[in-house]
Amino acid sequence: MTLIIDHVTKRFGEFTAVNQLNLTIPKEEVFGFLGGNGAGKTTTFRMLLGLLDKTEGEITWNGETIDYNTSNLIGYLPEERGLYPKLTVKNQITYLAKLRGMEKKEILPELEKWLDRFKVPEYMNKKIEELSKGNQQKIQFISAVIHQPELLVLDEPFSGLDPINVEMLKEAVLDLKDQGTTIVFSSHQMSHVEELCQYLCILQKGRPVVQGALREIKRSFGKKNLRINADFSLEFLAEFPGVVKYRRVNDGCDLQILNEDVSQDIFRELQGKGFIRKFELEEPSLNDIFIEKVGASYE
Amino acid sequence: MNKFWIIFSHTYLEKVKSKTFLITTALLLLTVAAAANFQTIAGFFSGEDEERDKIAIIDNSDLLFGPYKQSVESANDSLELIPFTDLEEAGKTAVQEEKYAALVVMDMDADALPEATYFANNITDSSTQADLEEQLQYMKVAMSIEQAGFDEQAVQEIYAPVNFETVALDEDAKTLEEMFQAQGIIYVMLFFMYMVVILYGQMIAQDVANEKSSRVMEILISSASPVTHMFAKIFGVALVGLTQILLLVGVGYALISSRKEELVGSFLDTVGLVDIPVDLVIYAIIFFLLGYTLYATLAAMLGSLVSRSEDVGQLLMPMIILIVIAFLVAMYGLGAPESRIVTISSFIPFFTPMVMILRIGMLNLPLWEIGLSIAILIVSIIILGLIGARVYKGGVLMYGRTGSLKDFTKAIRLSKKEK
Repeated sequence: MTLIIDHVTKRFGEFTAVNQLNLTIPKEEVFGFLGGNGAGKTTTFRMLLGLLDKTEGEITWNGETIDYNTSNLIGYLPEERGLYPKLTVKNQITYLAKLRGMEKKEILPELEKWLDRFKVPEYMNKKIEELSKGNQQKIQFISAVIHQPELLVLDEPFSGLDPINVEMLKEAVLDLKDQGTTIVFSSHQMSHVEELCQYLCILQKGRPVVQGALREIKRSFGKKNLRINADFSLEFLAEFPGVVKYRRVNDGCDLQILNEDVSQDIFRELQGKGFIRKFELEEPSLNDIFIEKVGASYE
Repeated sequence: MNKFWIIFSHTYLEKVKSKTFLITTALLLLTVAAAANFQTIAGFFSGEDEERDKIAIIDNSDLLFGPYKQSVESANDSLELIPFTDLEEAGKTAVQEEKYAALVVMDMDADALPEATYFANNITDSSTQADLEEQLQYMKVAMSIEQAGFDEQAVQEIYAPVNFETVALDEDAKTLEEMFQAQGIIYVMLFFMYMVVILYGQMIAQDVANEKSSRVMEILISSASPVTHMFAKIFGVALVGLTQILLLVGVGYALISSRKEELVGSFLDTVGLVDIPVDLVIYAIIFFLLGYTLYATLAAMLGSLVSRSEDVGQLLMPMIILIVIAFLVAMYGLGAPESRIVTISSFIPFFTPMVMILRIGMLNLPLWEIGLSIAILIVSIIILGLIGARVYKGGVLMYGRTGSLKDFTKAIRLSKKEK
């Protein structure tokens, strides 16, 4: 039960949107796609769903190619939200769920359950155009998961939501994972990816620049973050051997250092210079890795 | 196949339940009812009790009024001629005050022949004027002939209509009466086809464009293939059309048959609806369905290229132009069904449905010609369906400014497997 993306390339004429992408996404895990605009995330998802044909390569789910025979096993939340503005929530979800192979009598109880969970049971008979954007997104999310897909593809699921709704949706995603759904999602926001994913891939111009398990990626990145709060000036650390980046903060500095050993050199150097309030060695954040690999901040 | 039925029934039910459908159907039913009761309604507005137009006549010769009144009133029973005994100026004032519709001053000229001057507030009501002039002309001719010395018997013989019979030597050829009748039926059929194709073609394109612009399309085609989606839509809308048409025909038929005695011999005879040949009806249904499918496929394809639903009209233009040309050729063919342009265009797939049915109705075509045109039509539908499915698959994922033919190639490229 794994999703295998095997040497997949997609070209639009001269332009290569996805270049030799090679990924194995384990079952019942949450897999994050990171990347700037035009990095190839949506194109990859569309190929994965069979909406676009691959120029080269193969994508399989449980060893089978994904096409319209397997579409009942798959749930999809597109980046561009889309629902019929004139239909009621009930009609809308009924239609879309039927298209995913659900029976009419299964749909209503399931929909009620989800609306209750998202604390909007009163929307059952409302038209989509009467709902706020955030609430439309909840309905869209329900349409992607109501048929309990084995594989769930979420393209930017959290964009445009307020923090409370983001939490609600995250919880739903983690619950689905516990129930055995394999989830692939993309995001601009590093914090979401760090919280939800065990595995991830950073795409740049259609190529994966980093991929693997989150913990592994952080460990192999090597560089660490060091935070020091002290009562004396730390300016001299900017020139200290092994310090990659120096950033002054309110009562001290944030450093990025080449490896763990550098922190011990600094620790010794600081001995006897004065009062040290904080000396903390941290794992690099995903944002650091992203900036390093992609070369630009993204948020 | 299952998904086909889900989309098909969803399309049908949503359309039939929509306000637009209910309102247009109600309006159309009203129109049909009004048409069936046309004579009653017309009678109501120009009823017997309505006053006839009064025409004041000043006859300075004192000879003309009697026979003139008789001939005018028998030719046009909505006119009443009244002798006016006052002066001409008073007559004109009376017309201006709308006591009379018009004033005619008559006299004999030097050759003892009638002449007249017509006064009215405006001279746009040309039928009154023409009737008055025509009857006076007859009187003048009759008087001239009399003056020339012919006897009355001879005059009547001169006026008697000539005996001119038409006989078609080819036994299969349609009689003149059949021709007129066929013309009537075909006119109705052509107009019907024209309306339906434009109306429902537009409905399909609009529907596809709406799904695309509301971005629901991406979810739809991730659950069912674009080809399934396209054809389910085409046939769903077809069923909507069929429902509407059956309602109209049913109501129309019920109304007409309930008043058949009154209507026969007038309106129905003129359009030839009394007894329609069965084979023509069957062919009409075949060509109608095939024509609809052809144009609907084209409409769905064009609709898939639009990203904003406002642009649908612009992209449908080429299709509408095709339909209008087909209609115009068919209209021309009503008068000249054997002309070369009609024959040729009856084998061009986009024109076939309308032009071929015209030829079948007006001429006696060998079966192979009909068969060939049907075959060409079916093959073109399949080809267009295949191209349409490709364009559709790429088109529904394509967003941005649209409105040119370049989008076709772009859409096809987007749906291609290999570069």
